[in-house]
Amino acid sequence: MIYKRRYASPFIIWIIAGTVIPLASIAYYGFTDRTGSFTFANILAMFQPDHFQALGLSLLLSIISTLICLVLAFPMAMILKDSKFGKQGFMIFVIILPMWMNFLLRTMAWQVLLERQGVINSIITSIGLPRQELMNTPGAIVLGMVYDFLPFMILPIYNTVSKIDKHIIEAAYDLGATKRQTFTDVIIPMTVPGIVSGITMVFIPALTTFVISNMLGGGKVNLIGNIIEQEFTVNSNWYLGSGLSLVMMVFIIISMLLLQKFDKTGGENLI
Amino acid sequence: MKKTFGNIYILIIMLFLYLPIMALIVLSFNEAKSMAVFTGFSLKWYDELFNSDLMISAMFNTFTIAIVSALIATVVGTMAVIGMNAMKKKSQNALMGFNNIPLLNADIVTGISLMLFMLILQIPRGYGTILFSHTTFCIPYVILSVKPRVNKRTESLYEAALDLGATGRYAFRKIVFPELWPGIFSGFLLSFTMSVDDFIITYFTRGAGINTISTLIYSQVKVGIRPSLFALSTIIFVAALVVLVIINIRQSKTDKRNKMVFNL
Repeated sequence: MIYKRRYASPFIIWIIAGTVIPLASIAYYGFTDRTGSFTFANILAMFQPDHFQALGLSLLLSIISTLICLVLAFPMAMILKDSKFGKQGFMIFVIILPMWMNFLLRTMAWQVLLERQGVINSIITSIGLPRQELMNTPGAIVLGMVYDFLPFMILPIYNTVSKIDKHIIEAAYDLGATKRQTFTDVIIPMTVPGIVSGITMVFIPALTTFVISNMLGGGKVNLIGNIIEQEFTVNSNWYLGSGLSLVMMVFIIISMLLLQKFDKTGGENLI
Repeated sequence: MKKTFGNIYILIIMLFLYLPIMALIVLSFNEAKSMAVFTGFSLKWYDELFNSDLMISAMFNTFTIAIVSALIATVVGTMAVIGMNAMKKKSQNALMGFNNIPLLNADIVTGISLMLFMLILQIPRGYGTILFSHTTFCIPYVILSVKPRVNKRTESLYEAALDLGATGRYAFRKIVFPELWPGIFSGFLLSFTMSVDDFIITYFTRGAGINTISTLIYSQVKVGIRPSLFALSTIIFVAALVVLVIINIRQSKTDKRNKMVFNL
């Protein structure tokens, strides 16, 4: 036998030290106060108006961005599937390339475009229209999220769409299905795993971001990610930060479970 | 009709993806500091970029951390795949579940969990802690790339080699390793790019006084965007372009059945 169990031991140690214990420490801090005794206060702090509002806004903006990405990505994946092989390879290359650029720089690009003295405003004013306040709005944040995460929606959907056997589609036509029926009853159900991976890959980073909201919201729009980040870096209140993270993780776990239910490939669509 | 619509749609998405990057590239050659008007061609922002000691050391940190953590992750991950194959399906699935946690979890949660871990153990945060954290989130990528390469056939070939008198080590080198190699290589590359690209986890696990490119960009953007960051964007974009083209050519040469590009 080539396979010896002990080869996995460094990995197991790494999981324990890098994943299990660190996550357990969030749970520990989330349920204790500064004196070290057990409390629910850090969890319930999510219901304080400013925290609750931030969570609501995060959910709203990330759901909107995820939906926009889905609506933009699905036709793109379908169009890519039908194009010639050489073109397909090139197009995927073109979609992947921006992902290799640092996402802070990509977000900064929108800051440059949207700023009061920025590119879009100088175009607007040059044709005689008044200057617009584009930055520091929820809209700017949604734009940044869609821009940063769109490739993460296109690729998994394209991966599942491109694996659909074209004979199945032909069979649907032969059996008398209309174009529309083929699309809704054959193609869409077969792309569900890709759609679900795409949704989790956009929704989770969008829900938890603090960078995009900091850069395009100018500190005026507070998302739950910003609040948690500030608890750790500015206020040094790890207890509260951990408690709020635990609440936020509920949403992450829900999306993970959904992913597991629909995507049987065990995460292969994620890379 | 359908085709023209498709092409127009692709064009719109392309413009959306590339116009902001193009704007940065154009502005990086701008003489003025303006973020809107192009006043004349100049390379002075590139000059400023490469004369900044902070930036040079950040680049050094970024690439050494990426290479070292990708190497460690590749070794640990490949060994893990080999080891897991000796286990029962049940424990394999359990380990894979744990493996997927850093992959699916939000970066901010991974970041703060590692930060808390270091604070509890009172490990001073710096280069080493970034390295540890990066390896932690790189291992899952290696495992997911290598795991599909391990199958029954490899095992049978290995046993055949042993029956024919090969030593275990020799058979591993000649049979098993070449089977796993494409997965190992792509796992390494994925890890490297994930590490270079990471900001959030580095942000929480670095100490004061140490920067990677990402954390330096973040601190500079906070005080005000300087055009030297546009120069940096241009360089990173061109570098990514070159690397991806090379990988593409290599891949389409070595394996024509495979998809053209790395799925990332």
